[in-house]
Amino acid sequence: MTPHILTRSLDRAATSFILIVAAFGVLIPLSNLLLLPGSVFHVPTYLVALWGKYVCYAILALSIDLIWGYCGILSLGHGAFFALGGYAMGMYLMRQIGSRGVYGNPVLPDFMVFLNWDKLPWYWYGFDKFWFAALMVLLVPGLLAFCFGWLAFRSRVTGVYLSIITQAMTYALLLGFFRNDFGFGGNNGLTDFKDILGFNVQAEGTRCALFLLSCLALVITFVICRAVVTSKLGKVLIAVRDAESRTRFLGYRVESYKLFVFTLSACMAGVAGALYVPQVGIINPSEFAPGNSIEAVIWVAVGGRGTLVGAALGAFVVNYAKTFFTSGALAPYWLFMLGALFILVTLLLPKGIVGTFNSWWEPRRVQRNSCIAADEASAAREDGVGAPKMAE
Amino acid sequence: MLVHCSDRVRALLLAVLLLTCLVVPALAGPFEDSVAKFANDDFSDTEAAIGEVASSGNPLASTILSALQDGRLSADPDTKKIFVTRSDGKIIDAATGAAVDKLSDNVADVRVNNRLRRAIEAALGGLTLLSSDPAKRLAAAQSVFKSHEENLLPTVESALAKETNKSIKQALAEARAAIILFKSDASDSDKLDAIAVIKARGDQEALALLNDVGTDQPALVTKAASSAISSIQSNLAMWSMVQNAWYGLSLGSVLLLAAIGLAITFGVMGVINMAHGEMVMLGAYTTFVVQEMIRTRYPALFDYSLLIAVPLAFLVAGAIGVVIERTIIRFLYGRPLETLLATWGLSLVLQQAVRTMFGPTNREVGNPSWMSGAFELGQITITYNRLWILCFTLAVFAILLAMLRYTALGLEMRAVTQNRRMAASMGIATSRVDALTFGLGSGIAGIAGVALSQIDNVSPNLGQSYIIDSFMVVVFGGVGNLWGTLVGAFTLGIANKFLEPVAGAVLGKIAILVLIILFIQKRPRGLFALKGRAVEA
Amino acid sequence: MLTQLTHDIATMTRRRALAATAGLVLGLAASSPFSPAQAADDTIKVGVLHSLSGTMAISETTLKDTILFLIDEQNKKGGVLGKKLEAVVVDPASNWPLFAEKARELITKDKVAVVFGCWTSVSRKSVLPVFKELNNILFYPVQYEGEESERNVFYTGAAPNQQAIPAVDYLMKEEKVKRWVLEGTDYVYPRTTNKILEAYLKSKGVAPEDIMINYTPFGFSDWQTEVSKIKTFGSAGKKTAVVSTINGDANVPFYKELGNQGIKATDIPVVAFSVGEEELAGIDTKPLLGHLAAWNYFESIKTPANEKFIKEWQAYTKNPKRVTNDPMEAHYIGFNMWVKAVEKAGSTDPDKVIDALPGIETPNLTGGVAKMLPNHHITKPVFIGEIKGNGQFDVVWKTPGLVAGDAWSKELEGSKDLIGDWVGKKCGNWNTKTNKCGGQGS
Repeated sequence: MTPHILTRSLDRAATSFILIVAAFGVLIPLSNLLLLPGSVFHVPTYLVALWGKYVCYAILALSIDLIWGYCGILSLGHGAFFALGGYAMGMYLMRQIGSRGVYGNPVLPDFMVFLNWDKLPWYWYGFDKFWFAALMVLLVPGLLAFCFGWLAFRSRVTGVYLSIITQAMTYALLLGFFRNDFGFGGNNGLTDFKDILGFNVQAEGTRCALFLLSCLALVITFVICRAVVTSKLGKVLIAVRDAESRTRFLGYRVESYKLFVFTLSACMAGVAGALYVPQVGIINPSEFAPGNSIEAVIWVAVGGRGTLVGAALGAFVVNYAKTFFTSGALAPYWLFMLGALFILVTLLLPKGIVGTFNSWWEPRRVQRNSCIAADEASAAREDGVGAPKMAE
Repeated sequence: MLVHCSDRVRALLLAVLLLTCLVVPALAGPFEDSVAKFANDDFSDTEAAIGEVASSGNPLASTILSALQDGRLSADPDTKKIFVTRSDGKIIDAATGAAVDKLSDNVADVRVNNRLRRAIEAALGGLTLLSSDPAKRLAAAQSVFKSHEENLLPTVESALAKETNKSIKQALAEARAAIILFKSDASDSDKLDAIAVIKARGDQEALALLNDVGTDQPALVTKAASSAISSIQSNLAMWSMVQNAWYGLSLGSVLLLAAIGLAITFGVMGVINMAHGEMVMLGAYTTFVVQEMIRTRYPALFDYSLLIAVPLAFLVAGAIGVVIERTIIRFLYGRPLETLLATWGLSLVLQQAVRTMFGPTNREVGNPSWMSGAFELGQITITYNRLWILCFTLAVFAILLAMLRYTALGLEMRAVTQNRRMAASMGIATSRVDALTFGLGSGIAGIAGVALSQIDNVSPNLGQSYIIDSFMVVVFGGVGNLWGTLVGAFTLGIANKFLEPVAGAVLGKIAILVLIILFIQKRPRGLFALKGRAVEA
Repeated sequence: MLTQLTHDIATMTRRRALAATAGLVLGLAASSPFSPAQAADDTIKVGVLHSLSGTMAISETTLKDTILFLIDEQNKKGGVLGKKLEAVVVDPASNWPLFAEKARELITKDKVAVVFGCWTSVSRKSVLPVFKELNNILFYPVQYEGEESERNVFYTGAAPNQQAIPAVDYLMKEEKVKRWVLEGTDYVYPRTTNKILEAYLKSKGVAPEDIMINYTPFGFSDWQTEVSKIKTFGSAGKKTAVVSTINGDANVPFYKELGNQGIKATDIPVVAFSVGEEELAGIDTKPLLGHLAAWNYFESIKTPANEKFIKEWQAYTKNPKRVTNDPMEAHYIGFNMWVKAVEKAGSTDPDKVIDALPGIETPNLTGGVAKMLPNHHITKPVFIGEIKGNGQFDVVWKTPGLVAGDAWSKELEGSKDLIGDWVGKKCGNWNTKTNKCGGQGS
């Protein structure tokens, strides 16, 4: 069964994407660790951390594309799941500091000592164990998404209404986490991490391992997404996207499908957040800001909604542009460029980078490879279902 | 010759004598000494001078003190001379009242701090109780009520006897009661009467005064005072409900004003306009530019600056809205979620453009005199700016409704948004109507900016702080329904203001957001849902 | 599965393989701006890490200009160690993870000798691990909550004992305030400052019911309820004052509401720790006459150094109305200290400069001397200013001498035994009770 799903879901583009990510995941850490800093191919440590951050964003983009591109659920609050996963990991990392905090308290994180708390709040229990934190990374965002989705999809909240209440959700969480009384460090968030599973988070080896893990997570997420969208379930999702009422009248329990994919997507976002935190070294309520979630949606749109490779690519392109433009002489103008990028992509590349490339490339490919084996052609057609409006 | 001589001597002597009569007292009199203390630039000397000047009985005393209060009193540290710049710009010597042409360069304002300001207020209160200006008498009576200085009792009583104006008489009676309450040798029955007068006043200040009654007073008096306190408090608690309702209306009006433009661009046209907040910001900056021009060219028109800014803000934001629609939005109809992306990019560009042009810091937009201050209604304070914003919002709403209902453009707008193809086949130039509708929504956002500049920062971030709330209001009220937006805004405003005192500002806001989320579950299309075929589109 | 993969690779057209390789190369090539560029040998690079966009741009842009101005002035004098200084400006865009990323970029890629930057504790906390890991120097110019002393950070802004406590002392003595409202934005600086103030006020005999602590969210704009709450609290018959730790954006609407509801400074004075000349430039200050602010510098202070600074600053920015403020002075002090330390060490090597900095003295703009202490905080005078009608402050009180910054508050239970000493003890959290490095110990 499993190999069957995999062979069906992994077409050529998907395979090459996986190979490229895997190559990056292996080559970059290797070049960082083995080559001398003077070498042309040496990748400095800060680039490893930076690219690691992009990879986490790519996972978030995939999770958004899964629900938006394939099921038509536009969540403007997906940053909340990302941040919750991040907080779960952050809490583990905080507990690992132990007595090395500035106050030297063996149990309480610094910010609690600072505010004269005398014991650990109940919701911090268990986070000293990695397995528990890892479980929470999946469970907390998943549970929130399940409850939220259960309420929203059952009462048939759709379209902009759904988008706006997801925004309300992340905004409410933002305000809540800003409160110091909440016990998550308020505006300063969680920071100054030392160890992860006994390894120093700042060591080059740990960074490389985290990078490799992030790439691995990206591959796994990608495979899961492919598996979902190419399965029968995926076809129902697309039907929901394109004509929800019709699907319901055909006898499908639309809300169950939506709920499943929404929860799955939230868990993925949680994993992305968990990998993100040790690499950037801080998690703070601003990750909940509605603007962040909107930006994540924009990555997907830039890369190509409804194409998984596009979502990941969009996350890379936009974030690389952000890094590039915020330094040097361009710094005062970077918002102009970012803004212009969003406007131009929407106007000129409505299907996103990958979508546009595909619609340009596909007719030529079909022409060139008209002699190719029949089984492959049929596989391609099957994939074509993935995005009827933006044929592969 | 000798006679001549002696004549001359006598004349000289006379002149000297005359001069000494005029000048010597001016140099050496106690009043002049007191005034000269202002030049020492030492707060305790200034305080002493205030007391001495106030008790001197000199006709210039109140002129000097009110000049000191308004920062119009200046001192020459070298010659120890003190000058008053009168409100008409003329300068006089404070000690003599003689006119002075020009101040030398080293003359500096006499500095005061809060303690001195209170001393001045109290002193002026005593001095102006008998002033001919009713407004001054009222202010004096009120400041005596606060300071309740025992030695002012005779003055207050004589003023009370002469007073004809009802409200001033009332204020004087309260001032008298306040003095008696704290007068050590007043009889108990007088004090009880005083408490009754103060209790009848019933506001925060009365409460403050009664709370001040110490345990050294007779038991009868403290008992009466505490019963008066509890009666005022329960009265005030009732008023605080009214006050919450008013605050809620006021917050609701701000929400409505911010959301009303969005109700058109988003609610009616279906464009998820993330740049809406920036249109509000542009309106606020238009106000700033208008005020700057008025300040430099026609300062007399300052009070009308907002009236001038309103149409200009509408035009500026509206014109930019039309340009946006023509260059960006019109390519995106039917792809509502992509307008989100493009307008988000646009909002980044507009913010940064304003930041580059006007700088990242806040810009000062002043309140015209008719929008400053407050008045009392019962036991609540109503600020003029909030009141005007509420009226203004309702007016904008009414005009907008009338426009949509009764004008040809309004008819066309409704036609196009309800059924574009049918409207087009009836000969309506749909693309022109689209541009105008978007321009109208943006223009109204610009107008909102004029009003918001009066209560909020005018900075490039202004729009960001309203965009989320605006979307909540429109969605809560029901997309595509202006009345829904109105009811939604006021409901959220009032609910927020009743929650805030109980839960605090942050938790109150979170509670509102959770309530919106839950409410949408109950009514997935908002308070006033559109019905019919358009719904699924 | 495996066969499928190999099959795919085998059938992958040459063009596609080429494209993939091209993409890889492109990716690496595009990253070239980040590959370690060789710093030009004839200049010393100075990093400027202040947000130029986003919510913090409102405060931080001025500080970026200040550093550029100071570098310009220093270069006119011939630079440092015979080399010109060169500013490297980046925009962390009010985004905390981006602060860390940019700090890393400045140090690794641009090889800066020192970084001036950050505003708000969260940005500092975000870059802190980076500075520790890569061993560089950060000068932090804003008043903050204390409770920190790091080897790589020099705090030129005020610690709570250099701002909050003197201000409260002034109100108690001069205004005879008996009842206190501690109003703040809900984040760490107000929380800690209020905690310290609460402990301090209680130690001075203020009853708990005479202290009201209240928090509002960032960017709060509807102050009606809060202001009327203050009014009610102030009507208890005792002299009341508000100690405001309200953050930047929320201040304008707060003061507007105060003015409109008729709360005058003579009734309930408000003393603020985050409102300076720059913030007042956005408000009509006439209704605010007499409200107070506590800072270590005011533009209105008349000293030759300050007048010269203001004149040159306005000439540099080509804006005769451009104001100066306290964090700018902090940068002025920090920059001059760094220059002196580099000259003393004869090198820009961070380790040498860090060791050279404690003990460095440089004149501040208000006629005193700022000295870098072993805990990496500096000595400062404290001024209380009253707001004037023209948007400036009138100094009504100042501390008799200079106040040394405490890294650890003596008022808080968790930190009262701690000191920072990077000269003798080489430790930021030395416990004077247990005589050990490492906080409270267990």
